[in-house]
Amino acid sequence: MQANKPENFYQNVKDALAQPDLKMIIRRTTDKAEAKRAEAIANFPGFENARKQGQKVKDHTIKYMDHYLAEFEKNALAQGTIIHWASTAEEASKIVLDICRQHEAKKVTRSKSMLGEEIGLSHALDNSGIERVETDLAEHIIQLAGDPPSHIVWPAMHRSREDVIKLFREYHKDPTYSEEIIDLVRSARRDLRTKFLTADIGISGSNFLLADSGSSCTVTNEGNAELTITPPKVHIVTAGIEKLVPSMAHAVPLLRLLTRSATGGEITQYITFHNGPKRQNDADGPEECHIVLVDNGRTKMLADGMEEMLRCIRCGACMNHCVVYKHIGGHAYGSVYPGPMGSVLTPHLNSLEVANKQTHACTLNGRCEEVCPVNIPLPKLLRSLRAQSWDKKYEPLTNRFVVKAFAALAKRPKLFQLVSSCGVIFMRLCSRQGWIKSMPLAGGWTRNRDLIEPESKTFMQQYKAMKKAKSDGA
Amino acid sequence: MSQEIINADVKGAKSNTIKCLNISEKKVGLFVTCLVNTMRPSVGFASLKLLEEAGCTVEVPEQQSCCGQPAFNSGDDEGTRQIAYQTIKQFENFDYVVVPSGSCAAMIKKNFIEVFKDQPEWLARAQHLADITHELLSFLVDVCEFESSGIELEGSYTYHDSCSGYRALHVYEQPRKMLANVKGLEHNPLNGHSECCGFGGTFCVKYSDISNEIVAEKAENILATEADYLLGGDMGCLMNMAGKLNREGHKEIKALHTAEVLAGLAPQILGDENASK
Repeated sequence: MQANKPENFYQNVKDALAQPDLKMIIRRTTDKAEAKRAEAIANFPGFENARKQGQKVKDHTIKYMDHYLAEFEKNALAQGTIIHWASTAEEASKIVLDICRQHEAKKVTRSKSMLGEEIGLSHALDNSGIERVETDLAEHIIQLAGDPPSHIVWPAMHRSREDVIKLFREYHKDPTYSEEIIDLVRSARRDLRTKFLTADIGISGSNFLLADSGSSCTVTNEGNAELTITPPKVHIVTAGIEKLVPSMAHAVPLLRLLTRSATGGEITQYITFHNGPKRQNDADGPEECHIVLVDNGRTKMLADGMEEMLRCIRCGACMNHCVVYKHIGGHAYGSVYPGPMGSVLTPHLNSLEVANKQTHACTLNGRCEEVCPVNIPLPKLLRSLRAQSWDKKYEPLTNRFVVKAFAALAKRPKLFQLVSSCGVIFMRLCSRQGWIKSMPLAGGWTRNRDLIEPESKTFMQQYKAMKKAKSDGA
Repeated sequence: MSQEIINADVKGAKSNTIKCLNISEKKVGLFVTCLVNTMRPSVGFASLKLLEEAGCTVEVPEQQSCCGQPAFNSGDDEGTRQIAYQTIKQFENFDYVVVPSGSCAAMIKKNFIEVFKDQPEWLARAQHLADITHELLSFLVDVCEFESSGIELEGSYTYHDSCSGYRALHVYEQPRKMLANVKGLEHNPLNGHSECCGFGGTFCVKYSDISNEIVAEKAENILATEADYLLGGDMGCLMNMAGKLNREGHKEIKALHTAEVLAGLAPQILGDENASK
């Protein structure tokens, strides 16, 4: 499956809605995620406090970003880690490729990293002829299928079990002929195990970067990050600079929020803090460790007043609870980051010109903000991006015209009332048996639903007549 | 239609026994909203009736238009300001401003201030208007401590909590509490009661097909309740859901604004609807 482009959003949506099973497949995951999250939050009386605490930790770190970045670099260097700075996606993936070339790497293992996707690392590795092995089960599935991810936590959620059975039978050396999940997992494990042990370089992302120790934290359920990082001689971390927190103590409240918001679990199977290359007496671990710190639009978000978005810990709760995401799925957004958080991030990672339509594909119902573990005001941020699109005239001309005409009327109440009463007459002309089935200029509405017939006079006309009748009577 | 309703007694219904705070000397400005003004005036008259029964002195400024959501949600801040200027001027001198819509009330309460960040004088006036503005059903219960009685309606209702009212203004208990006093009316709770219906203002025409998928699912949930009435506090959402139900041929369930039921106007409205068939 080719990756969709963000600028083709209208067509992407059309394609998504035309897929008969997509909604059902998405629902299998999001309904479960919603229910499990709700249960986890209900069993966590300290949720609201943790949320405030988590927000505070993030806000503080973002506010003193330069200080903590310097501290992180100093402490990571002291551990023997090599630090790289990348201001763009291209720079970041070039740094990783250069390290691979320097070590003449033929095979790399990767644990799931949205930042890796953001900087286009998969393609960069594939294009340079290095064998790329995705070790996260879902990433493994979409690598076999050739799909881009459709969710930031469950990147293969758009694939059904039937799809997975087919893919594994086709690509695994020693595939299972059972359809049981456990057997499918074993099949993937057989396929991946030898690759883990023969990779030249392991590449991971990071859930948190701890400034006071220079360490990086990974959170997984499969243990694949540990197996990606430990056996190869070289370990490369790619991480966005917003992953910073001051210390482990500050990462803990965020971890509690992250696991509950993402999967409804109190904790994941594996949470590991990686502290640079192998020391003299260590039994195992990489001999060389690199951390690539990536900006790619993040400092610009700070400058543009979008710093609240930098709180995001990538739990995916906003998309699991988004009515639009649930119907169109992740691919339609045409970005590595779909759903509400993606619609805010993509304009900064890409450009608002190509990704402004997504900011309008939202009813501003507020559910995403309600479930966000770090209180990101997503609807407010989406609205402010709409205001930027408006100022830059990215809105289609017809939309601009309609909104401007409406605003011009609404600021003149007398005229507005007059036009309203004409509108009532017009609508009643189009109406049959209490309902309007179709009406000029209302195709957007009547294509899918009927419009109720208005009463014969506007409220204001009736109200004035009533007042007049009263005063005449008196 | 609505004048007659207001002028006549409700057949078979006793008038309300009112318990309310001493707010009669407080002046209430009713912001009718453009959807009620053009599409469903009876909601405006129901609001008027309920507020008066709750002891308020109500005025409806004739120089009113729209809260500005279409402009604000499209990102047209200047257009929003132009609309907000006159709304502020029209309504700032009331003691309370009441709106029979959660989303329009939330627009005035929460969003006006966002477009006046660089204009301190207007920011203060917008903040004042925000402070005195209330959504109708929450105003009746929380401020007026109004308890209606004597209203009867046979059947069952299901309730859709519109997003702005529910999330921005925390309207949830108030309509249910008042509807519990309507004799003969039972509540069949709606699965996904607070999930968006897909209206979203300009969203429903801009992304009509996504909106359609969302409202189709909502309609299924509504039908599953087997209720006779679909109630809510926002005309936009009600028109969306009712329009979808009608398109799908489900005429067995009637959509009404909660205020219409509480004011005892339901029998007339339903009678009118049946008469037009």
